[in-house]
Amino acid sequence: MKFSKRHNNVLPGFGPTMGYTLLYLSLIVLIPLSALIFKTAGLSWHDFVAIVTAPRVLASYKVTFGSALTAAGINALFGVLVAWVLVRYPFPGKRLIDALVDLPFALPTAVAGITLATVYSANGWIGRYLEPHGIKVAFTRLGIIVAMTFIGLPFVVRTVQPVIEELDSELEEAAACLGANRWQTFRRVLFPLLLPSVLTGFALAFARAVGEYGSIIFIAGNMPMVSEITPLIIITKLEQYDYQGATAVATVMLVSSFVILLVINLLQKWSRRYAE
Amino acid sequence: MSAPATTYAGKTNANHRITEPALVRWGLTAVALVFLALFLVLPLAAVFSQAFEKGLGVYLAALKEPDALSSVKLTLITAAVTVPLNLVFGVTAAWAIAKFTFPGKNLLITLIDLPFSVSPVISGLIFVLLFGRQGWLGPWLDAHDTKIVFAVPGIILATVFVTFPFIARELIPLMESQGRDEEEAALVLGASGLQTFFRVTLPNIKWGIIYGVILCNARAMGEFGAVSVVSGHIRGSTNTVPLHVEILYNEYNYTAAFAVASLLAFLALITLAVKTVAEWKVRQQLGD
Amino acid sequence: MSIEVENIHKQFGSFIALNDVTLSIPSGELVALLGPSGSGKTTLLRIIAGLERTDSGRILFNGEDTTERHVRERKVGFVFQHYALFKHMTVFDNVAFGLNVRPRSNRPAKPEISAKVMELLRLVQLECLAHRYPSQLSGGQRQRIALARALAVEPQVLLLDEPFGALDAQVRAELRRWLRKLHDELHITSVFVTHDQEEALEVADRIVVMNKGRIEQAGTPDLVYDHPANPFVLNFLGNVNLFHGRLSQPGVGQHESNENVVSYVRSHDIEIERSPLDSTALKAEIRHIQKLGPSVRVTLAIDGTGEFIEAELTRDVFQNLGLQHDEQVYVRPRQVRVFVEDYQI
Repeated sequence: MKFSKRHNNVLPGFGPTMGYTLLYLSLIVLIPLSALIFKTAGLSWHDFVAIVTAPRVLASYKVTFGSALTAAGINALFGVLVAWVLVRYPFPGKRLIDALVDLPFALPTAVAGITLATVYSANGWIGRYLEPHGIKVAFTRLGIIVAMTFIGLPFVVRTVQPVIEELDSELEEAAACLGANRWQTFRRVLFPLLLPSVLTGFALAFARAVGEYGSIIFIAGNMPMVSEITPLIIITKLEQYDYQGATAVATVMLVSSFVILLVINLLQKWSRRYAE
Repeated sequence: MSAPATTYAGKTNANHRITEPALVRWGLTAVALVFLALFLVLPLAAVFSQAFEKGLGVYLAALKEPDALSSVKLTLITAAVTVPLNLVFGVTAAWAIAKFTFPGKNLLITLIDLPFSVSPVISGLIFVLLFGRQGWLGPWLDAHDTKIVFAVPGIILATVFVTFPFIARELIPLMESQGRDEEEAALVLGASGLQTFFRVTLPNIKWGIIYGVILCNARAMGEFGAVSVVSGHIRGSTNTVPLHVEILYNEYNYTAAFAVASLLAFLALITLAVKTVAEWKVRQQLGD
Repeated sequence: MSIEVENIHKQFGSFIALNDVTLSIPSGELVALLGPSGSGKTTLLRIIAGLERTDSGRILFNGEDTTERHVRERKVGFVFQHYALFKHMTVFDNVAFGLNVRPRSNRPAKPEISAKVMELLRLVQLECLAHRYPSQLSGGQRQRIALARALAVEPQVLLLDEPFGALDAQVRAELRRWLRKLHDELHITSVFVTHDQEEALEVADRIVVMNKGRIEQAGTPDLVYDHPANPFVLNFLGNVNLFHGRLSQPGVGQHESNENVVSYVRSHDIEIERSPLDSTALKAEIRHIQKLGPSVRVTLAIDGTGEFIEAELTRDVFQNLGLQHDEQVYVRPRQVRVFVEDYQI
């Protein structure tokens, strides 16, 4: 048996496995995604701009990106807190809670949608305590933020948690020896080390929230110009057989998610800058 | 061999003698737990509470209803096709990427991750654009009297797309961290390529595979947005369980909607349990 | 089985790992590939095993060209630096692996395999651990199991990559002697890679000193130690002092003319005297004294040049001389090796 001339490695199977990987990737992901690009390319620039800047569509960007930003912000704050508590403080049922953090990954979005809508509705478990104070969650922008917070919750926790676990306790001991109090230690020593992972988690949660559909439509109310998210615009256009309109809006979303993806990659590169 | 998963608890007491005042610790823990209770525990509990609101009889009746049963069947079929397809891909891709060096490796990994950053709605849309009546292959499919979109194949395709990266992205880092030593040792000892894979590689990535499969399966059974776009919502024929939940909910049949939803919530809990075990096993294997 | 390495060249990108390496290993010898990291020794070992391809050149086993033969068919035993034991298999199954994966036609029967495995475990003195997993073994035990596993396929060549690298000093010394003994019993042609000169000098029949992808010298331990071919070999096998400049005393080196030369003296070849016995002695001042168990290392500054040299004395000699800090003494090199200066180390 001869070696493959191109590779030093003696392990077998590079050719077939690589070939299959590229074939399957092309068939399932690349060709279908390129359909979107080609369909959009069929539109004139003028038409494209007209579609993607229609007032109702613009309003949906504002709702979608604004809410996603807020939700990712909430998740960044509470995600760090939850990760910190899970790693550092003992409390009963910790393993269970730790496992439960991934619930939004595992719970189908439709189920999340209807249960959040129910819990936060006027007579729901939580909604009934908010309603008397004039806080309406279900069928408002607030509802969208709640749903986006739910589905983005694990991202920050799961990116920050391993970083906190890996923090060298000697750092804190060194800071303490140098006279820093706990808050100073956290703010000046630990937080700069956590920041890249917090930002990565934030970006991941934001990306997920922007594209989310299932869990939001049940709680959003879906009022045009007020609480209509962009993915819903795409669906509405599709249901009206306006394929070009759906495609144009979808392209804007796709491009924005690629930009976010790029930012995430850069963040991850940045986060390794202190690595030895 | 220590169990790395227990280090959370271990570290707290042993390694961190420097910590915050008790009051701060309790305060932070309480805030974190209240947040998790409001956003995770309550909604999950609400699913079951709503499902059983009118008693076990109504609950069971909702599940036994023919449309519900057919949606369960379709969901099972979808997962049964999707998971093996992506499993074979995941293992193949991980072998090529983790055990060999070649230019463009990072680009390939990014491309594999791509479906994660695409909105589910767009994931469905692209298949409508390809196979729909106005799509690229639409006329040809019409001429051959084949339906992909608004039929079962479309649902499966969209699901395969959405769950595409799950197994590969779990296996690639795992196999990379395990290196090539054991495979090389097997080859020196005279094992064939397949013997090396099945006797040496596979046992080492077993829990990684289980982890990837369970997550892939959960998403395949629970996918809503993408499937909703390609399904056409034909009752009893192209409705998966999540779509059936939506229909029941929109018909204000809340109890039935939550009854069917509770099946998916059960699935989620089982997924979390298996995932936790698999995660622990993977860590253990790496921690050796 | 003898091994011939002919004109092997190997490059990783722009890094030349092996540069036209030719080497002959006679049957039944235990050979050490000795060199600093990056010298190409592990690459050479992996090319002999067939785990790495060569860019050009040939490998011959018993005169037969095996360059294109797959690792699986080379019948070599390879012991990996980190052992590469199969974590999910017991010690028994690890050792039996090479026999179990044979095609049915020439696979031994189960009882035969079992007998063979137990025999090997006895050989490495670990038969009581047959049903343990690798994670339950100590480093030294893992090493011996890795060796038993490699021997199970009855290799004609045994290759070991830094076999003692990951072990602590005491286990290391013990295993070294044990490997030597084992080799004397089995007489399998064996090649091991090491960066530890002491290890190579103690265990090997023959040492191949490598540097920057080339072989600097190959020969018996006595030969490479007593007659180093060049400054690198001299330097690598022991602590050496350099004297730059011109040496004109007769009888010190073969370079009669007073060209620029560098002379090298091993630190234990330097004698310290209270008064100069002859003109070869140099005046020096003691700067530092370091006691290292049985020996004492003395750092001295040569008068005039300010060069520092190190001398290693036995404790007895040191005590007899009663040396003190900042004292003026005379040093006399017992054995000097001179190389022309432009030689690249």
